[in-house]
Amino acid sequence: MTRETVIGDALHPIEDYQNFLNSGCFRLQRDRTTGKAFFYPRVHAPFTGSRDLEWFEPSGRGVVYAVTIVSQRPPKPNYNVVLVDLEEGPRLMSRVEVESPEDVYIGMSVRARIAQIEGQGLLLFDPVSDEGEES
Amino acid sequence: MNGFPRGQTAIVGSATFGVGETPGMQPIDLAARASIDALDQSHIPLRDVDALFLCLPDDMLSGLTFAEYLGLRPKITENNRVGGAAFQTFVYWAAMALAAGEIDCALIAYGSNQRSQAGKLVTPAQQIISESVYKPLMPISSYALSASRHMHEFGTTRAQLAEVAVSARAWANLNPEAFAHGPLTVEDCLAARMVSSPLGLRDCCLVTDGAAAIVMTRADRARDLTEKPAYVLGAAAATWHRNISQMPDLTTTCAVESGARAYAQAKLGPQDIDVVQLYDAFTINTLMFLEDLGFCPKGEGGRFVEDGRIAPDGELPVNTNGGGLSYGHPGMYGLFTLAESVAQISGTAGARQIPDVEVALAHGNGGTFSSEATVILGGEATV
Repeated sequence: MTRETVIGDALHPIEDYQNFLNSGCFRLQRDRTTGKAFFYPRVHAPFTGSRDLEWFEPSGRGVVYAVTIVSQRPPKPNYNVVLVDLEEGPRLMSRVEVESPEDVYIGMSVRARIAQIEGQGLLLFDPVSDEGEES
Repeated sequence: MNGFPRGQTAIVGSATFGVGETPGMQPIDLAARASIDALDQSHIPLRDVDALFLCLPDDMLSGLTFAEYLGLRPKITENNRVGGAAFQTFVYWAAMALAAGEIDCALIAYGSNQRSQAGKLVTPAQQIISESVYKPLMPISSYALSASRHMHEFGTTRAQLAEVAVSARAWANLNPEAFAHGPLTVEDCLAARMVSSPLGLRDCCLVTDGAAAIVMTRADRARDLTEKPAYVLGAAAATWHRNISQMPDLTTTCAVESGARAYAQAKLGPQDIDVVQLYDAFTINTLMFLEDLGFCPKGEGGRFVEDGRIAPDGELPVNTNGGGLSYGHPGMYGLFTLAESVAQISGTAGARQIPDVEVALAHGNGGTFSSEATVILGGEATV
């Protein structure tokens, strides 16, 4: 487990992010002066240059912003690649885990989940069925 | 000197070489051959080139290698890394350096053997975030994500995307140098294999070999060298992101910025452009750039290209060489948009020649809608 809070000397942001995932935790960075979250992890906040950063636990809630289904030669199954807008603002690439990849749509409410694959935490999203469509 | 040197520099030589398949040739051989052809056309001897601007897919230090290969000792040696928009960016830097009197002759060149070498896009590009674990097909999936947004927000259809490919093929059928010839219908496009939805096989550019080169000098000298120089009226570049996940709005590229600055420099607007060359790595690119460069309102690109409006005999000639979709795409297409613009202004475009071209726009795109650069060229009447 790595540091929960890193101030000023966060010099290995991508490594820290992955270590959080490996330990089953989804963490994002935010700028402590503005409270603004960002992704991907960096040694300073984009645009402002602030080094006063902290890791925090996002809600995990998000909405599918864009989606593509990658075709594979059968019997390999097709799969989706999505961009998810997180509740806290940042956008990131991921996959929504659904029975059929075509079931994913723009505006779909999703929730983050961490899968462990060969010792590496992988951020995925599940549909949230009890929420209405947003777009 | 204040601001961009409108009309003070010109392209006086332009050549393409080996578009299609050139087995056994190295990228640098291709670039060098196109360069010598372009210099021949400009009547400027090789030894007078004092600035080199180059991209090769396989050599990090390609500028140095190219100087050595040509036997030159240039004052400026550049091989920037903004992707396919590199060449429009080179025109910007070359125009500034020429107008400032720092150099006298700039050679801008590109060569790639990606079809013969690998059959797919060759790129040493690295990403800081590990998005590859989600297995997007790069770069196709990035453009597909953008297309998914365009369809969602504006009701753009796959048939409208197909119109772009069909129009490009119709132009290619008028260009003997184009790699893809023959009939292509909207139905053909829609029936083609899906690659990364909503983009199918016919929404994707060709994978070819090929090279291009252009020669630039100051306007006063240009008139003595060639009958019809292509004057550089405006050139501007912009960068907003690298990864598609970091693109602020997937339906608006920074072509809105590069285009606006290039128009301002040229003191012209989209209504003044006679022929348009857009970097069409995918069909969605053409729609996005038509919108972002002001040829139609945002979101209207799909409807704009219907009924052959950008095809031969249409209202607005776009990608008259056949584009990356049907002419050729060796990995970085930007310089070919400039070469075709020069051909149209100098009146050497053969069966695809648009009559009386005075102003041409050549737009380059790099990364995944990441860097955009726009060049506006004009004939004698514009300066």
